[in-house]
Amino acid sequence: MSSENPIWALISTFGLMSLFAVGGAAAAVPEMHRIAVDVHHWMTDKQFADAYAIAQLSPGPNVLIVTLIGYAVAGIPGALAATLAMCLPTALLAYYVSRLLNRPSQSRWPGLIQAALVPLSIGLMAASALILAQSTDRNIAALLLTATVAVIASVSRINPLWLLLAGGVLGFAGIV
Amino acid sequence: MSPDSAPAAQEPDPLPTHAPPPGLIALFLAFARMSLAGFGGVLVFARHAIVDQHRWMTADEFNETFALCHFLPGPNIVNLSMVFGSRLRGIAGGVAAFTGLLLPPTLIMTVLAIIYARFGDVEVLRRILAGISCAAVGLLIAVVFRMMTPLLKRMDVVVFILMLGVFTAIGVFRWPLQAVLLVAIPLSIGVTYVMRRKVAA
Repeated sequence: MSSENPIWALISTFGLMSLFAVGGAAAAVPEMHRIAVDVHHWMTDKQFADAYAIAQLSPGPNVLIVTLIGYAVAGIPGALAATLAMCLPTALLAYYVSRLLNRPSQSRWPGLIQAALVPLSIGLMAASALILAQSTDRNIAALLLTATVAVIASVSRINPLWLLLAGGVLGFAGIV
Repeated sequence: MSPDSAPAAQEPDPLPTHAPPPGLIALFLAFARMSLAGFGGVLVFARHAIVDQHRWMTADEFNETFALCHFLPGPNIVNLSMVFGSRLRGIAGGVAAFTGLLLPPTLIMTVLAIIYARFGDVEVLRRILAGISCAAVGLLIAVVFRMMTPLLKRMDVVVFILMLGVFTAIGVFRWPLQAVLLVAIPLSIGVTYVMRRKVAA
């Protein structure tokens, strides 16, 4: 750990990282790994992998892996500082941009730009679904589970939590 | 937007589109609930709650709001909470949704961090996680499908090609995101502009 105040190191690191994290938290994970493990030596490789697993497993946005990194660096204050630094600046930026785009009696460009982004956004999400499926669905049982959940969630209004629970039980039993 | 501004009273849409906007506490609770349900990503649950359950936004409005948050830097769903909350209830609404989304899971995560620091072995968790992530991918596919349905109904070929193009470039060819977006964003804006002029003419 460096001699400077670790809280400030967390705030500056994640505040800056969030401003360049276009495409969501998943896109920023490789960069987090580089900084937390290779640059600052805040965690070991295994600790980072475990943190990633815990962040996926627990509820809430997956970006909260930064809470775990923050805790590893500086305890509870570190956890809070890292979380706020990663989430608040860009949320405020989003607020201002959205207000700018939705100001009444302006040109039609804002609405047009937002509409133009929709197909790109959906295409991107479909791409991350494919990439994630390639890394999680390593066998037939896992692929079947993914496909079944996709179909059920597409055609019914079942609470998605039940489907995740079913996945967890199958995983615990060692089936997928 | 110009063609649909005149007949506000006679919307042809058969579905009940909007519920009245929620209060601050309702916003906080709704986002806390979707966040706590959001294993493996909150988007699935956010769309379920906002569009299907509470009807605070139509499918199209949700798509546009999410797309904006998707292309701004930072965690999408956190941006979405702030933008969505503030659209309904001003900045206070944004803060209520933001806090609802982040506070409960941050507390849980901190407790998990303390447990991990004590015991440090998450082997059983990892096995459960493997199952959960398979199901989570399935949910993601389903939400993509549902977000596509308003586009499918319009049968807009150009929009479809754009969507497929981004999917192929990123998902199949694994081209770098920035490069793809640098081409796709101006292209999509241009195409949308031309199509709207045609509709207006």
